[in-house]
Amino acid sequence: MHGRPRKVYKPEEEAASAAKAAKLRALQSQFMSYHHNKIYTKEAVDLSTKLLEINPEAYTAWNYRKLAVEDKLSRIESDPDLVKTILDEELSVVESALKQNFKSYGAWHHRKWVLSKGHSSIGNELRLLDKFQKLDTRNFHAWNYRRFVVELTNRSEQDELQYTDVMIGSDFSNYSAWHNRSVLLSSLLARKVDGFLPNKKIPDEYNLVHDAIFTDEDDQSGWFYHLWLLDQTVNVETPLLTSSWPSHGSCINLSAGCLNDSFSEPGSFPLIIYFNQAVGGVSSSTVTVDTELKGNEDLVWEPVSKKNSQVSCVWVARLKYMSSEPCFRKEYKVKVRIGDSPGIVSSRGCNFSAPYEFIFTAHVHDTLEESQGGIVSWTDGFDIWDAESKDLNSLVNLDQSNAQLDSKWRQEAIAEEIDLFRELPDSKIGKLTLARLLMAKAMISDAAVKGVHYNEILDLYKDLMVLDSSHYQYYKDEHSVALLRKVTSSTEDLSGRLFRYRNMNNSVCLRLNNLSLSRIASVEKLLFVQMLDLSHNELHSTEGLEAMQLLSCLNLSHNRIRSFSALDSLRHLNQLRVLNVSHNHIGEHSVDTTRYLCSSPLSNSECTRDEVGRQMPSLVTKYWDAYFVLRDLNLKQLDITGNAIAGDEFRSFVLQVVPKLVWIDGKKLES
Amino acid sequence: MSSSSSSSSQMGELVADKHVRYILMSEKKKESFESVVMDHLRMNGAYWGLTTLDLLDKLPSVSVDEVVSWLLTCQHESGGFAGNTGHDPHVLYTLSAVQILALFDKLDILDVAKVSSYIAGLQNEDGSFSGDMWGEVDTRFSYIAICSLSILKCLDKINVEKAVDYIVSCKNLDGGFGCTPGAESHAGQIFCCVGALAITGSLHHVDKDLLGWWLCERQVKSGGLNGRPEKLPDVCYSWWVLSSLIMIDRVHWINKAKLVKFILDCQDLENGGISDRPDDAVDIFHTYFGVAGLSLLEYPGVKAIDPAYALPVDVINRILLTK
Repeated sequence: MHGRPRKVYKPEEEAASAAKAAKLRALQSQFMSYHHNKIYTKEAVDLSTKLLEINPEAYTAWNYRKLAVEDKLSRIESDPDLVKTILDEELSVVESALKQNFKSYGAWHHRKWVLSKGHSSIGNELRLLDKFQKLDTRNFHAWNYRRFVVELTNRSEQDELQYTDVMIGSDFSNYSAWHNRSVLLSSLLARKVDGFLPNKKIPDEYNLVHDAIFTDEDDQSGWFYHLWLLDQTVNVETPLLTSSWPSHGSCINLSAGCLNDSFSEPGSFPLIIYFNQAVGGVSSSTVTVDTELKGNEDLVWEPVSKKNSQVSCVWVARLKYMSSEPCFRKEYKVKVRIGDSPGIVSSRGCNFSAPYEFIFTAHVHDTLEESQGGIVSWTDGFDIWDAESKDLNSLVNLDQSNAQLDSKWRQEAIAEEIDLFRELPDSKIGKLTLARLLMAKAMISDAAVKGVHYNEILDLYKDLMVLDSSHYQYYKDEHSVALLRKVTSSTEDLSGRLFRYRNMNNSVCLRLNNLSLSRIASVEKLLFVQMLDLSHNELHSTEGLEAMQLLSCLNLSHNRIRSFSALDSLRHLNQLRVLNVSHNHIGEHSVDTTRYLCSSPLSNSECTRDEVGRQMPSLVTKYWDAYFVLRDLNLKQLDITGNAIAGDEFRSFVLQVVPKLVWIDGKKLES
Repeated sequence: MSSSSSSSSQMGELVADKHVRYILMSEKKKESFESVVMDHLRMNGAYWGLTTLDLLDKLPSVSVDEVVSWLLTCQHESGGFAGNTGHDPHVLYTLSAVQILALFDKLDILDVAKVSSYIAGLQNEDGSFSGDMWGEVDTRFSYIAICSLSILKCLDKINVEKAVDYIVSCKNLDGGFGCTPGAESHAGQIFCCVGALAITGSLHHVDKDLLGWWLCERQVKSGGLNGRPEKLPDVCYSWWVLSSLIMIDRVHWINKAKLVKFILDCQDLENGGISDRPDDAVDIFHTYFGVAGLSLLEYPGVKAIDPAYALPVDVINRILLTK
């Protein structure tokens, strides 16, 4: 029982309770008899009133009263006074029920039902609500009912915004009022109502919420509102292109021989475009590709997302370069224009409105040295990156200007907030907010200043891990994000981690191993990477890697992967051939935190079974995530040793599910 | 007299046997006022009690026939189930009835077409669901409809896309969800919305980092979880918050050991049962949420529970992963 002290009852108390119970039971059974026999006499209806006064949760009694009202209304000629009397009676029953239990769903709905008949005075409702809401300022039933009444009366959003002023003014620790304010204000801002322009209104709102946060740093009421304001300041609504592969001005090498092309699907390579938010509508009509490479007239663009989603940050098309004509030119220019004609729209309904163009050169080689079809090693055969060469700049444009924060008020707001939150150096929310603000600031800063900001952010998160150890892992994850931003924002830092793998046409390998990373970020900067070493980190999921469409080899050994469902994002990587998940925690835990982030019959998002699935139904049930994930990967090399799951039964199951596998746990399979 | 003053040797352990006895006894104790007040939601009570027994591996101590024959007396001509014999049908109790039959592997006794038509018939034009013929709309009912129909393998009877769109329209600027568009985020409601999105493969609509931060900040100093900012902790949120955090893969953001301790501190060590907060009166609702919470925390000796369907993992795997 909510909030009732635990105690042992004395015999006389038990007897009193039993007597009360007997009375209520008698009332209930008499009520049921009236209800089942459709008796709506005054006596019968009064009995239901009595029942609801004692137990407002007896939902069938509310239903019965609705039937009784309809019965009465059907008997009277539409005499407005009589109708009103009948309905007013219901309102008063609801009122006394709410006095007994303010949280009774049935009572609140009954009131809405009565009001919807349109015969009752609505003005009275706001007065009643004011009274109720003063007594229980956080009651969400009352707030919901308020929105319902406001809609019926066409009361303006400005007036309601003022009501939140009053509520917050009398007690800033009212999350319900802050919430309602965010709903009203975002609607007023979206409709561009007079006096509600972001550059004017948002700075005012900052001042309001500062009062709350600075009065009591531990009170959460203003925290989420402040975060929302920050989001409104930092993120513009219109979608923008963040990066692409190939990047502007780059030159990529393709093999005419096509046999051992590291872009794997012979005769074609992926074009990847990455937006700052999920968008839909990318197609050959919204993205034009101008090239002499034949056969690319109607490119098919696909979102890198779940099957039932047509929006994504990442979109991919495959560009063909094999021609039926025997002789190749060596170099081909490719010009990609995005957003010339409208149609690319964010999930919030904003249009991509800043057309963007990038040009790159595809260099087709007649012959490329063949790679040995042997085992891929993560230790031997790597050349270090020549940091002096311009190579990296041709692969990725790290210094993309951030058009998001071009407006003055946004930059000023961020700067002011940073100054202000430096005044809360010892509190959790002070540090956390400062870290978030600096993250926004770093995005618009020069490369040199970026590093300084990232170092401060990293220190702030380290402090937070100690200061608020219950949420240690939250700060740890944020720390990883900041660290990856730092690494990918500096040419020097990044090139120190890049290598060329000789045995696979000098594929580009990035080593982010041993960084104690607990999550992945900044993938938009890493679209060019073909081999990724994430070993010896603290990752428990590969979420985010789906954007790295060129990945063919991935090393996740010595991490904290707990299930194959955590590798769901790899299903989008058509070119992945080598995967090392050895020495993880797969099979150790009874709770799978990625069970519903992985397409499967559990989420009604993957139901087909192949022959293997039909032959081994019980193993498929037991190893369902391995089955659904691994069968979608075209792996040739897999390492699973050092996981609790990796026994003989599981290994032989894997060999059935992935018949093309050549190497498992370092051993070559008999073909 | 407070029963929490009992022998300290048992502190910090789940007194599973006592909880089992408490559940089996509470079914027989019908003379107290509290049990009569709860009479109308006996179907929910049965689901809470039976699922707890199954999580503690004690379901065989219940007579299946007795439960199932009572359960069938609650079904109406419309196909919907009432909270108890004689009461009106409502989706709240229809889901519990489906879940109970799933627990017992007895779904085959249902007229699936009828039950699913009742639920599907409650979908509104905007994709939302009413709880019954009287038209109360709430995302709780969206979850219930989607969860029951998925268990019955009849999701194709509703417009899933519209159902998902409606839930998404209830998403707030703090990343959470409310009962209707514009309504405040609440952990119970978040479970319903995230659960419904999970079951329909639509979790990409959730801002996992934003919602995850809101949810992990529900943990208060005592280790317990509250349901909204600046509210008291309550054992039932161990379920609503934890299951949501698990579905979006952010459960590592809270301190699990502290939460385990909070739940264990809410046990009545003498008479069994778990309460909302330490030293409050126990009830079957909180006993279920406490044990289910411990299951999500991988407490030894408690079977794994599915965070979306709120049934033991082996039950859900049997239904959905075995052809």
